[in-house]
Amino acid sequence: MSRLSDAFPKGRTALVCYVMGGDGDTAALLQAVDEAGADVIELGLPFSDPIADGPVLQAAATRALFSGATVRGVLATAGKLRLRAPVVAMGYMNPVERMGAAAFAKCLRDSGLCGAIIPDLPMEEAQPLRDALSAQGLDLVPLVAPTTPAERATAIARTARGFVYYVSVTGVTGARASLPEDLEKRLAELRAVSPVPVAVGFGISRPEQAAALKGKADGIVVGTALVKTAHESGVKAAADFVRSLRAVL
Amino acid sequence: MKEIGSILSGETLAPPDARGRFGEYGGRFVPETLIPALDELTRAWTAARADAAYKVELAVLLETYAGRPTPLFRAERLARELGLKGRVYLKREDLLHTGAHKLNNTLGQVLLARRMGKRRVIAETGAGQHGVATATVCALLGLECIVYMGELDVARQAPNVSRMQLLGAEVRPVTAGSRTLKDAMNEAIRDWVTNVRTTYYCIGSAAGPHPYPVMVRELQKVIGEEIARQAQDAEGRLPDAVVACVGGGSNAIGALHRFVREPSQDDEGQLGESHSISAGLDYPGVGPEHAWLKESGRASYTTCTDAAALEAFSALARAEGIIPALESAHALSAALAEAGRARLILVNLSGRGDKDLGTILEALK
Repeated sequence: MSRLSDAFPKGRTALVCYVMGGDGDTAALLQAVDEAGADVIELGLPFSDPIADGPVLQAAATRALFSGATVRGVLATAGKLRLRAPVVAMGYMNPVERMGAAAFAKCLRDSGLCGAIIPDLPMEEAQPLRDALSAQGLDLVPLVAPTTPAERATAIARTARGFVYYVSVTGVTGARASLPEDLEKRLAELRAVSPVPVAVGFGISRPEQAAALKGKADGIVVGTALVKTAHESGVKAAADFVRSLRAVL
Repeated sequence: MKEIGSILSGETLAPPDARGRFGEYGGRFVPETLIPALDELTRAWTAARADAAYKVELAVLLETYAGRPTPLFRAERLARELGLKGRVYLKREDLLHTGAHKLNNTLGQVLLARRMGKRRVIAETGAGQHGVATATVCALLGLECIVYMGELDVARQAPNVSRMQLLGAEVRPVTAGSRTLKDAMNEAIRDWVTNVRTTYYCIGSAAGPHPYPVMVRELQKVIGEEIARQAQDAEGRLPDAVVACVGGGSNAIGALHRFVREPSQDDEGQLGESHSISAGLDYPGVGPEHAWLKESGRASYTTCTDAAALEAFSALARAEGIIPALESAHALSAALAEAGRARLILVNLSGRGDKDLGTILEALK
C-alpha cells in the first residue's frame, strides 16, 4: 500500500482538504489545515483554464496566477513544510504536458508530495503519466463520475493508486444544496470493486453533508467551501472549519 | 444533390485512429463525466454517417437551405491588376447561408443532436459566425440554443449577437479569463459537464475532444470535394495549391482534406502543395489534424501580417466587388503571393466581411 492509501484510517471516514496553491499564504494555510486534522491534503496547482472548476476555484486560481504563482513555486512551498498529512497535487494536464511527465513526477517527489489528481486526464490518456509517477514511487489518483458506466468504473478502479476520487455530481466543483439520491448506491458499488479507498467530492460544503456521508465512503473531500472560507475569513477561520468537519466524521 | 449526398460516403482514409489520435496529437483531455457522452456521440455519429436517411436529409438541406454547391469564381481582374502570372480562383463559401462555411458543420451536428434526442444545444463562438450558424439550425429544427461568447467579443461583434438573439438563441457573455473564444469554450464545457444528459455541445472548430475534430472535418470536407470537381470542370485539372486560413482550422481542413489525403508526391505532379495561414483569431490552439499535417510535412503553414491582409481585402473589393471576411483576406493575401509563381491557385473564401466592417474601416483610416 502507499502512503496515500494508508492515510485513510480504518473505522473512520477520512477528511480530505483542498488548498489552492498560491492563493494567499499557502504555507500558513497548509500548516493550519494539517494541524486541524486533515487526513489528506490536496494542493491545487493554479491553471488558467480550469474546465472542471466552478466560479470559486476559478477565481482562486486567477488570484494565484495574478500574484505570480507557478507550479514549481507552489510545490516548493509545500516542500519546505513538515506536514503530518500526505499531500497530493490537483491540477490540469496542460502545465504537466508542458513540463514533461517525468520532470513533473520528479518535482512532486522532490517536494515530498505523494501523487497527483488530474481531472482532465481520463483513463485512455493516463498511462504515460501514471508510469512516470510510479517510477518515482508516486500515485495517480483517477476520477469516476456519476455518468461512468459500472464496467468502466471497475476498469478505472483497477488502475487506481492511492485512492479513487468519486465525483458526486454531474457538474463543476462548488457547493450544492443537496447531493444526488443515488450517491450512496454508487459509492457502495465503487467500494465493492476498488482495491484502494474511495473518496467522494464536488459539492460537499457543510458539516451536515459530511456527516450524512460518514461511513458511506472512505473519505470525503471539501474544496470550494474551504478555499472560500480561507479567502474571505482567513487562516484561523479555515482551521476552525476543518475542525468542524473533522468533528462529525 | 446526388453529388452532395456522396459527401459522407466512403471510408475515412486519413487518421485519426480509434482513440482520435492524429500521430501524437488529438485524443480526449476532458473530465471523466464527459467521456461516456463522447462515447455516445461517437456511436451516434458513426451510425448517422452510415444511415441513408440522415445523409439525404443533410444533403437536401445543404442544397435547398444552405445553397450548396457554392460557386468557384475566377478572379481575373484581380490577377490582371496585380500582374500575377498564375490563375486565381475563389471558392465562394462567403455565399453560403449565414455568410460563412460554418453552416456546413452546424447543419450536420444539429441534425445529429435531434437524432440523439437532445433538445438543448450549446455552442461557443468567437467572432459570432459559428454562434449564428448554430442558432440558425436550432431555429430551423426547433431546438433550444444557448451560445457562450466572451464579453469582449460580445462588445466587438454586436451585430452577430443581435442576429443570434433574433434567431431565438440565448447569448451568455463570459466574463472569466481573457473574455474571448478560449473562455467561451471553457464555459460551454462547464455547461456540458453539468447538463450532459440533456445537452448537445456543437463545436465549431476542427478541435476539441475526439470525435469532434474528425466529425467537423467530415462535415466540412464537402468544400474540398466541390473544389476538385469544379476545378476539373473549369481547368481540366486539380489546382497547384489550395490556400485557406486557420483559426481552429475548420474551413482549412474542409478545403484541404480532399487534397492532402492524396499522396503528397504524386507521380503526375497534380498537386504541388497546400498552404494555410493564420487568421490571427483569438484562439491559442489549432486542431490536432493541422498539427499532424504540419509535422508530417503534408501541408505548409505560414503567417500573414494584418497590413498584408488589409491590402488583399481592398484589392478584392475594388477589383471584383467582393468584400471578404478578415480571416479570408489573410488566406487571399498568401494566395496572391503564391500566384506569382504557381499556375493554378485556389483560395477558400471562407466568409463574407460584413461582420468586420467596423474593424476594417478603423484600420484603413
